[in-house]
Amino acid sequence: MKTGRPIAQSRRMLSNRLMLVACLGATTIAVLVLSALLITIAIEGTGALSWSFLTSFASRKPAQAGILAPLMGSVWVCAICAVVAIPVGIGTAIYLEEYARRSRLKSLIQLNISNLSGVPSIVYGILALVAFVRFFGIRSADDPWTFGNAESIFYLQIPFGPSVIAGGLTLALVVLPIMIIASQEALRAVPQSLRQAALALGSTQWQVVWHVTLPAALPTIMTGAILSMSRAIGEAAPLLVIGGFLLVFQTPTNLMSDFTVLPLQIYNWAGRPQTDFHQIAAAAIIVQLIVLLAFNSIAIIIRQKLQRPLQS
Amino acid sequence: MTSIAARNAAEISQRGRLRSAAFQGFFEGSIKVVLTALTLLSVLTTIAIIAVLIEETIGFFTMSDHPEISIWSFFTGTEWSPLLGAKPLFGVLPLISGTLLVTAIAGIFAMPVGLLTAVFLSEYASPRTRTILKSVLEVLAGVPTVVYGFFALTFITPYLLQPLSTSFGTYNAMGAGIAVGIMILPIVCSLSEDALRAVPQSLRDGAYALGATKSDVTAKVVIPAGLSGVVAAFLLALTRAIGETMIVALAAGGLAHLTANPSQQVQTMTAYMVQIFLGDAPAAGVEYRSSYAVAFTLFLITFIMTWTGAIILKRYREEYE
Repeated sequence: MKTGRPIAQSRRMLSNRLMLVACLGATTIAVLVLSALLITIAIEGTGALSWSFLTSFASRKPAQAGILAPLMGSVWVCAICAVVAIPVGIGTAIYLEEYARRSRLKSLIQLNISNLSGVPSIVYGILALVAFVRFFGIRSADDPWTFGNAESIFYLQIPFGPSVIAGGLTLALVVLPIMIIASQEALRAVPQSLRQAALALGSTQWQVVWHVTLPAALPTIMTGAILSMSRAIGEAAPLLVIGGFLLVFQTPTNLMSDFTVLPLQIYNWAGRPQTDFHQIAAAAIIVQLIVLLAFNSIAIIIRQKLQRPLQS
Repeated sequence: MTSIAARNAAEISQRGRLRSAAFQGFFEGSIKVVLTALTLLSVLTTIAIIAVLIEETIGFFTMSDHPEISIWSFFTGTEWSPLLGAKPLFGVLPLISGTLLVTAIAGIFAMPVGLLTAVFLSEYASPRTRTILKSVLEVLAGVPTVVYGFFALTFITPYLLQPLSTSFGTYNAMGAGIAVGIMILPIVCSLSEDALRAVPQSLRDGAYALGATKSDVTAKVVIPAGLSGVVAAFLLALTRAIGETMIVALAAGGLAHLTANPSQQVQTMTAYMVQIFLGDAPAAGVEYRSSYAVAFTLFLITFIMTWTGAIILKRYREEYE
């Protein structure tokens, strides 16, 4: 008994130590993985990175290939995605948080949104292929409804075919659940007392939302919006399904233009056996990561600058 | 902030007097209609996904020139060779096994590493270390998945796996699985950490007061108390792994066969869809249509997993005051 105690004690101390070592080890793995990833890409890619890489089109010769078309394609598709997904996401969040009463229907809609966020992005691609690209087969692509003239950037044909607008709407489907959930969390964080104060002064429900709740929640909503967009700009699978082109030699000029995006171009180059193409794939990845880093920094700045405590 | 609210409200009530009550009512009503319509869009999306998948899948199973295809043969067939040979075979099991193999490797890597990192972040790390590590994880979470595919192809397989054993080819399930594991690591980690941090401090203090060590507290109090959140995090991450496309399309290979050998190439459900949609299979052809049936299978699997996660969170959540 006398000697038993210190042994049990030391065993407990040992397991205590082991736990810390295991946790530290796991954390080190996470950090090492990120460093290995960044170093690999930097070693492979920096040699191929140049101004002409940013300003020329794809080519069969890796030394002359550039990413102008996918870069501009990403900008167009992402802009369309933002214009659709951000307002719809905020609107849905406002309805669910500020208008809807507690009911079975509301919890069903809520469950549906969390389910949508779990749907693989490639499945959204299939929906988009049938709905946007082919318009459910209601109208043939050879004989489309046409709106506007071909010079205008808002030139539109239905069915859309594999065009910039189809790509943007596809990404909007993918990020909408993320956008809704982020906005809901932002609205939920606004103290109830602010709403009550405005209501007590005789505001209508929409006046409370527009002048009080929404401004208070806006910084958090914007952070969510930027994070949604950085998800959209990295998506390749659904665009591949709707027929995003792998080789495009022009930048988009209107909503009906052909397009490719950076992740698709990276996929195309990375999938080839020649190591020369791996180098330009890595260079394109560097550009993609810089864009993402810029997005994230903006989100962080907004979070820090605009987020004032709401409770005084 | 409160003063802004008050000022705004005063301004509004002044402006409100100029508008007639009837217009105000109409305006409020139409806003509500618009918001309801926007909300219904997400419901419509789900209905449209299910309708499109069911319709196209029925089309695949009822093709008149392929009477041999049935739901039974699809779900029990052990050979998937739609493009090879005179008679294409559509048994989805090899694709499912390929998907599960990659997902299992990803889970075996990401679940312990993610959970232990979460424990470190929530129980051990100082606020400063925590902030730095959280931003590392945020960077990992933001990396596009095609980049992980590239990483698997140019680093994991040639520099980590092939030195270990020569049986690893350029494309193999292990490399793709590890890359998918890296991709889901931030999800496992940040969601588990949320669950662990939600465990009230008083529970830890109680255990310490009884003489428990830090590892006792973590393993016997904190993790059990946050278990529903941790399990939900695992399920969500595995769902993402099952649906992941670009990594497996780049690094797992394109051979659909029943195997549990991680050094061989496998084809997942998502990689098959990529192969079909990138290829020049005619849209009315049987290979093209088979991809809809595969997509429906994938959708059902992920749907069931998300649903299970939601139920676990709802039913088993420990609420503390």
